[in-house]
Amino acid sequence: MLKVRVIPCMLFNGFSLVKTIQFGTMRNLGSPIQAAHVYNSRNVDELVFIDLKATEEHREPLYDVIHEVIGECFMPLAIGGGIHSLDVIQRLLSIGADKVIINSEALTHPEFIERAARKFGSQCIVVSIDVKRNGRRFMVMDKRGATTTRHEAVPWAQEMHKRGAGELFVTSVDQDGSMAGYDIDLINAVVSEVSIPVIASGGAGKVQDIIDVIKKGHADAAALASMFHYSGHTANSIKQRMAAAGIPVRIVGP
Amino acid sequence: MTTSKSVVIIDYGLGNVASASKAFAKLGASVKISRDKNDINTATHLVLPGVGAFGEGIRLLEESGVIPMITERALRQKIPFLGICLGMQLLASTGNEFGVHRGLNWLPGTVDELSGTHIRLPHVGWNEIMIQKKGVLLQGLADRNFYFVHSFVFNCTDPGAVIATCGYGDGFVAVVEKGNIFGTQFHPEKSQVSGLTVLKNFLSYA
Repeated sequence: MLKVRVIPCMLFNGFSLVKTIQFGTMRNLGSPIQAAHVYNSRNVDELVFIDLKATEEHREPLYDVIHEVIGECFMPLAIGGGIHSLDVIQRLLSIGADKVIINSEALTHPEFIERAARKFGSQCIVVSIDVKRNGRRFMVMDKRGATTTRHEAVPWAQEMHKRGAGELFVTSVDQDGSMAGYDIDLINAVVSEVSIPVIASGGAGKVQDIIDVIKKGHADAAALASMFHYSGHTANSIKQRMAAAGIPVRIVGP
Repeated sequence: MTTSKSVVIIDYGLGNVASASKAFAKLGASVKISRDKNDINTATHLVLPGVGAFGEGIRLLEESGVIPMITERALRQKIPFLGICLGMQLLASTGNEFGVHRGLNWLPGTVDELSGTHIRLPHVGWNEIMIQKKGVLLQGLADRNFYFVHSFVFNCTDPGAVIATCGYGDGFVAVVEKGNIFGTQFHPEKSQVSGLTVLKNFLSYA
């Protein structure tokens, strides 16, 4: 049976890993290379690395840092931040990234997703969607949550699927860093309307939050950032609890 | 692992060659990513990586000019050859992804979209393989979960070559072996300890 993935999410500001709360307030969490080394030794399912500042600072991803992070990983790695051309994707894949995560460029040039999927295959094109509630509507946000777009999450997810995205990484801006649980309604709404895998992000604070977003939200994977840093949990300790709740997970030592 | 193993990862413009290279290096093999005739002719092991679509894969492989060389080495000189993901699918007779394309035809069968009702595609993540018969690659596994990312599968019509299957959708072939020709639909280079075991078994085959 296909396992539900638990994915540590490394947020990078150009210098170090950081924690965010509702996409603001950053706290320094140290070296991404060291963190990748630890995650690899703990046999995590997959890693996500997002450079939060690349697009804002109009620069390309920091290939040297990413290359070192990849050097630590014998598991799949998805890289996001600053991906605005096919050349950047080519370069990231050539240094060993398995997938790229695209956000802003999909909003400004949705056809970019088609070109990327055609060239590199849908399996490596992940579209990231940041969402904020506005009343009962789920609005897609741009500029790291600062700007509301005209898109609503579900039709936008469907469009990205249709244009060739292989996976969706859906983050609730409201829940980000809150450790108060995922936005289950949001995840469920997206999962119901697309047939590609959906990774839920934003809000995990305890194991039950993950269990809920899988069981009630039907996410294919759960991304966590803060929880690993502040709860003392490891991927395996989380997955043991998930297994006890009847969720198929991959548990390997150590 | 001895350092006498010399792996060439065939460079035809597709596939996560950096990861495959890193995994073989970790196992102590010398590794080259190359399409050079001399490299291919002196390799002890050949690896065909690949992600993406079948048609594009076979086109790039043809353009790279390596097909006569790898055919000579794998089919006539019988050195160990491993196809990974799309690299395994390219071993098939025919691929039916975005049109009908001829494959290498080293193993009989077609490459078709993974079938099944209400399944999400691509099939992404860790899934357990079911071992169908004793082979070389799957010896000594501590865990049978491997990392997959694909939408198409190799419907291999030589039942003797199917070593393992996987139960997603209607099920599909996960590992093939026929003499010195090996293929995995999953990514051993991304499957941590289990994956490294598979690659080690491949290196040990001579």
